Amino acid sequence: MLPALQINGLGKTYSGGLTALDSVSFSVEQGEFFALLGPNGAGKSTLINILAGLVKPSAGNALVNGADVQADWRQARKNLGVVPQELAFDPFFTVREVLQLQAGYFGLRKNRAWQDEVLGELGLADKANTRMRGLSGGMKRRVLIAQALMHKPPVVVLDEPTAGVDVELRQLLWRFAKRLNQEGHTIVLTTHYLEEAENLCDRVAILDKGKLLTLQTTDELLGSHPWREVQVIAANMPSELPAVLAKNHSGRDGQWWCWRLNTQEDSVAQLLEQLRLAGAVLQDIRTREPSLEDVFLKWVAKP
Amino acid sequence: MGGKTLMAPLVFSFNWGGFSTLLAKEIRRFARVGTQTIVTPMVTTLLYLLVFVQVLEGRYSPAEGFSYAQFLVPGLMMMAVIQNAFANSSSSLLQAKMNGSVTFMLIAPLSALEIMLAFVTAAVVRGLAVGVGLWLVAGFVVGWDVLHPFWALGFLLSTGAALGVLGLIGAIIAEKFDHMSAFQNFVILPLTFLSGVFWSVQSLPPHWQTVSALNPLLYMIDGFRYGIMGVSDFVPAFSLAFSVGFVVVLAALAWWMLDRGWRLRG
Repeated sequence: MLPALQINGLGKTYSGGLTALDSVSFSVEQGEFFALLGPNGAGKSTLINILAGLVKPSAGNALVNGADVQADWRQARKNLGVVPQELAFDPFFTVREVLQLQAGYFGLRKNRAWQDEVLGELGLADKANTRMRGLSGGMKRRVLIAQALMHKPPVVVLDEPTAGVDVELRQLLWRFAKRLNQEGHTIVLTTHYLEEAENLCDRVAILDKGKLLTLQTTDELLGSHPWREVQVIAANMPSELPAVLAKNHSGRDGQWWCWRLNTQEDSVAQLLEQLRLAGAVLQDIRTREPSLEDVFLKWVAKP
Repeated sequence: MGGKTLMAPLVFSFNWGGFSTLLAKEIRRFARVGTQTIVTPMVTTLLYLLVFVQVLEGRYSPAEGFSYAQFLVPGLMMMAVIQNAFANSSSSLLQAKMNGSVTFMLIAPLSALEIMLAFVTAAVVRGLAVGVGLWLVAGFVVGWDVLHPFWALGFLLSTGAALGVLGLIGAIIAEKFDHMSAFQNFVILPLTFLSGVFWSVQSLPPHWQTVSALNPLLYMIDGFRYGIMGVSDFVPAFSLAFSVGFVVVLAALAWWMLDRGWRLRG
């Protein structure tokens, strides 16, 4: 089976000399929920814009469901739906007209049933005849998603779709994205909310300064960060921690005493026993497992 | 990015559905604000007719056997076509660039040719709507005679197309509304006023005739006047060839810009 995305040595250097992408190669398999992460300026948007035909690559090539974005650009664009980051809209038209136009660009005229389905799923059914300028920011964001889906693309790119949206809408968007993925669409997500990528995505690619730093499954990435934080509230803590407790002590957070334990070498039971031996009386305890955010920060940490 | 399209048999690879959707959108865009895009330019142009005829009728006869009003109406019709065809394509594309909605067109499977044809056809439709509307109203004063309808139509279409393409080029180049306003006010407007709308080029001193001959709009207006009245300063076939040639050159430039994605794609 053809990969949903095949990116080979993709590079982009703008006329001013800025290299936004530097020989990036990876592939996304059919039906994956894939995260593309990176700090601002990492090259994520440039990569997405190359896929969408908005930016021409300086080197390499990219294929969407086997169609080259330059040599076979019509088919590549039919295979791809992009939800752009910016809240762009044409104020002249209603939501229904915007969807009809977008479908029409792809040569699809009779898809009202699909329009209704998408409008319903995104909570826009009662806004179909509202002009775009009359919608709230969140509603406009939903329309962008509906637009991207009008030609039923097998690959959907969501470029920071939850930036600046409220909790309710964010959850609705993720339910919808999961449903699309379950129906067979390949989803590529960029986001700055790393817990979203952690919860939704099968694999994660991290870009920084135009280079691909790593590409692993979410579990592999989380496993590559062998730290767990243990926090306790205890009475009678010694004023000076004995060496065995001082070793992994990572500081205090208010009344919480924090230890950063290596999941391979240290155990929580050991720590608690050492606290007991030091005379501390445990009152409360909590642990924090490594998150994708910790892993991400490790990868993109400044030298 | 649409370069390969032209190498394939055009009629088969042409995205007719996408083209007709974009065309319908562009027509709907100006029709929805018809008072602003059709009625207002008609009224403004009719005011020119009223004022100039009031002042010059009986004092200036640029064409033998015709009143000044009969001479002026074809010129004003072409002025309306020129200004409105240009305004339509330029404002539509520039607004889309400024508000970011151009993205939806650029990520669709539409070639440079399809985009250009849709914008230019819509510009011609608006130019014709204003020009013909003007003719219908002005006809109550000067009559509705058209001596050579095919010549008149040829000049109307080629002029609308030329200015529609020019508007598209302007919008591609412009990075803000200020740029477009400057182009419209310092290039299009003077060229229109100095193109024989209000007088015959033959009535100018020789050196001004030479300067006027460099104005491409002169041939369009003069040729259209031949279509309506049967009189012209230049050979109509030359003027039509010049007008069509002007369209072809501008269209090639616009196609090249769109195909390269100049100032539209990164």
